[in-house]
Amino acid sequence: MRTWHVQAGVLSFALSLASPVLAAPTAIVNGTVHTVSGGTIANGTVIFDSGVLTAVGAGLAAPAGATVIDAKGANVTPGLINSYTRLGLLEIELVKSTNDTETDSALFSAAFDVAPGINPASALIPITRVKGVTRAIAAPDFGKTNFAGQGALLSLGEGAAFTVRPKVAMYMTVGETGKRLVGGARGAVWAFVRQAFADARYYERNKSDFDENRARATALTRLDLEALLPVLDGKMPLVVDVHRASDIQAVVALAGEYKLKVVLIGAREGWQVAGDIAKANIPVILDPTNNLPGRFEALGATLENAAKLHAAGVKVAIAVMGDQVAYNARSLAYYGGLAVQNGLPKDAALAAITKTPAEIWGMGDKVGTLERGKEADVVIWDNDPLEAGAAPTHVFIKGQAQSLETRQTKLRDRYRNLGAPSELGYR
Amino acid sequence: MRFRVMATRSIVNIGVAGLLLSAAPIGLGAYAQLAGSAAGKRLSDVPADPYPSTYAPRPSVLTAIVGATAYTGTGATVANATVVMDGGKIVSIGEGAPAPAGAVVIDGKGKFVTPGLIDAHSHLGVGPSPSLAAVEGTNEATDPNTAEVWAEHSVWPQDPQFARALAGGVTSMQILPGSANLFGGRSVILKNVWSRSVQGMKFPGAKYGLKMACGENPMRVYGEKNRTPATRMANFAGYRAGWVKALEYQYEWDQFNAKRAQGDPAAKPPKRDLELDTLAAALRGDILVQMHCYRADEMMQVLDMAEEFGYRVTQFHHAVEAYKVRDVLARKNICGSMWSDWWGFKMESLDGIEENIALMHDAGACAVVHSDSAVGIQRLNLDAAKSLAAGRRIGLNISDGEAIKWITLNPAKSLALDDRVGSLEAGKMADVVVWSGNPLSVYSHAEKVYIDGALTYDYDDPARQYRSDFETGYMDKENVR
Repeated sequence: MRTWHVQAGVLSFALSLASPVLAAPTAIVNGTVHTVSGGTIANGTVIFDSGVLTAVGAGLAAPAGATVIDAKGANVTPGLINSYTRLGLLEIELVKSTNDTETDSALFSAAFDVAPGINPASALIPITRVKGVTRAIAAPDFGKTNFAGQGALLSLGEGAAFTVRPKVAMYMTVGETGKRLVGGARGAVWAFVRQAFADARYYERNKSDFDENRARATALTRLDLEALLPVLDGKMPLVVDVHRASDIQAVVALAGEYKLKVVLIGAREGWQVAGDIAKANIPVILDPTNNLPGRFEALGATLENAAKLHAAGVKVAIAVMGDQVAYNARSLAYYGGLAVQNGLPKDAALAAITKTPAEIWGMGDKVGTLERGKEADVVIWDNDPLEAGAAPTHVFIKGQAQSLETRQTKLRDRYRNLGAPSELGYR
Repeated sequence: MRFRVMATRSIVNIGVAGLLLSAAPIGLGAYAQLAGSAAGKRLSDVPADPYPSTYAPRPSVLTAIVGATAYTGTGATVANATVVMDGGKIVSIGEGAPAPAGAVVIDGKGKFVTPGLIDAHSHLGVGPSPSLAAVEGTNEATDPNTAEVWAEHSVWPQDPQFARALAGGVTSMQILPGSANLFGGRSVILKNVWSRSVQGMKFPGAKYGLKMACGENPMRVYGEKNRTPATRMANFAGYRAGWVKALEYQYEWDQFNAKRAQGDPAAKPPKRDLELDTLAAALRGDILVQMHCYRADEMMQVLDMAEEFGYRVTQFHHAVEAYKVRDVLARKNICGSMWSDWWGFKMESLDGIEENIALMHDAGACAVVHSDSAVGIQRLNLDAAKSLAAGRRIGLNISDGEAIKWITLNPAKSLALDDRVGSLEAGKMADVVVWSGNPLSVYSHAEKVYIDGALTYDYDDPARQYRSDFETGYMDKENVR
């Protein structure tokens, strides 16, 4: 696992000068602390130091010299983790020059890596962060092939706390979208996928043939085949966009046959085959508002998908998909609430935006819960965090207090008082 | 959503058209009558209201919802309310009043009651699920002026989305053409009832709207085809050319009408033009102008254009920059139909802020929460809640009841239906929702939805959760949520 700071030079330096607080511990006292791992603590204290949680418990005393924040009973949660976003890859969807989410190039598919396209200066990052989202997956969109490429894991902190871990997952589509990309039939999708997998192994065994231009024809380029190897080795999750119940069953079978680490995304008819998914121990990332029979592959879409999958024992992570995927990754906590409205237990909903995604993305030991030793992504809320309109009063990422100012709050303040003279003297 | 727009409506049913005759130099009723005498049988067959509403309230019984907290839609809140419905109308609402003898009593303890929600901007039926070219009917993107098309002719009454909106408490909606065109066509107001026909859903007596669109969408759609408009200046040239033609058309009819009134046997009616029928009716005020516009500066230019041609803009749709000109919109009494938190999907939506709706309200303007989405329409109440919370965070003093007005009486006003729906007041249509808890909470859901007093949706009774023909045989057993 490689972590690198996207902005090495001036920006990180400037911000590290501005953040000298790491020396003193911070104690949040008198909170209603949702640990996610160990229940809810009334009158809870959360203490962190040098970016790491040092203590979480009921009524703990703040250490000497600590910066103390009295939560006055407010809800305290781990930082939220959004498992499917375009953060950093897309400023304005219809302004193509700002869009780095997909490649329509025939040269690459699986080898497409979103990471170099990530823009740490995107206005969407603070806009998302101020709603309590501290980590996010930046996922590629589907271009011209069934393999969309590889997503990255972002830490959304300011300055040096903004990091990008590239190549955390491979994306594949197999249903109505997938078949369109490979000649119009599901049968072709599976033939293509199997050929690609076989070719990747062939490539692995015969790299020198590729070097010497002696290799047989393959379904994908050499770079794409290389990119598929960690997937075939079960090291990189294969995130599969799929909805129809029978397609999901086919993916489950594929995962078993190749021993892949599969994650389902979308899965609108997942509830119909929840037992199969649970048995294969495959997690599902879903949008809890997705209940329209918008495609023939999703006639079974229902608001109760999350609740039914959870009841069957499937690990569920929640994300904001559809039209709002590009700009409302911030709505994550509210989407958790919507799942609760439709039957998901509240603790499962909170886990679906914290602990479960942390586990899916291989950082369950680092974030996703409020436990001693974890990185200090901590949010204090002005309401029940899952409630419509709830917002944080404090956001910490790796122990650093984050500004709650965004481009939107600045625009708001510019027009807050229309009667007052504007800064430019006219209106 | 963003590619969709609003349409205009022009006439409606016979009752309304009759009223228009006395108010306007020429109405469609007069046209038909005249055509009968002067232009032969073919024209005389054109009625004033050619696709009239056949909606009839379903059977209902005397019903009293007792003990709930009522948000009346006017901004007021009544604790321990008794809401009485009979004959399809609201009979009374009072705190602690007894239920009338013989009424079916609904225990409202711990629950909330609101008027049926109204979505002023929807494409249900014209942009249905499944999303297929075979049923898509939102944008007639073949010409920047398609004022001649009527959204109701695209509406698929079997769109499964209607039932999902009903489960969210939506009882009426304006269905609009999309925003590809400068003049997109007529909208239609529907009641959210199952029917074999669109006519069976049409809100009786509602005025039509004319959907118009500002900004990027017409520029993009036609600019990419190397046609006009490719710029904002051409957008305005296009609108103005349309209005000029409509004024000429109106003038010809006025002249003809005057001759006919004088008994001139040689008077010949102008050639009928479907596009100009709609535009002229919008200029007369018989059709409400519903204008898709994101940017503040464009809204200001549209208002000058309305002055230039003597018409009124009823409502700006989307209006993500309404907060920048909220004082002007308030002064001119123009509604803004807005999202709680959609923004940033195109350049002209980049300046959207969460406080837009609350700031409009605070300025005294007519603030409307709209969906423009088959997903969003299922939880307009929570969009209102989000906007309310954003407003309160910057210190605006807005009550829960006032936030409910954004999804009830204000959208009713924006459709000129506020004398008939949108509030729990005696004499109004009994479109009523009983909520399991405060509708401003994510944990609440609509339990019972009444339309004209008839129980049309019941969360706990699958027999009261209608399923469209389309879903029948695919998804029979599951609920429609």
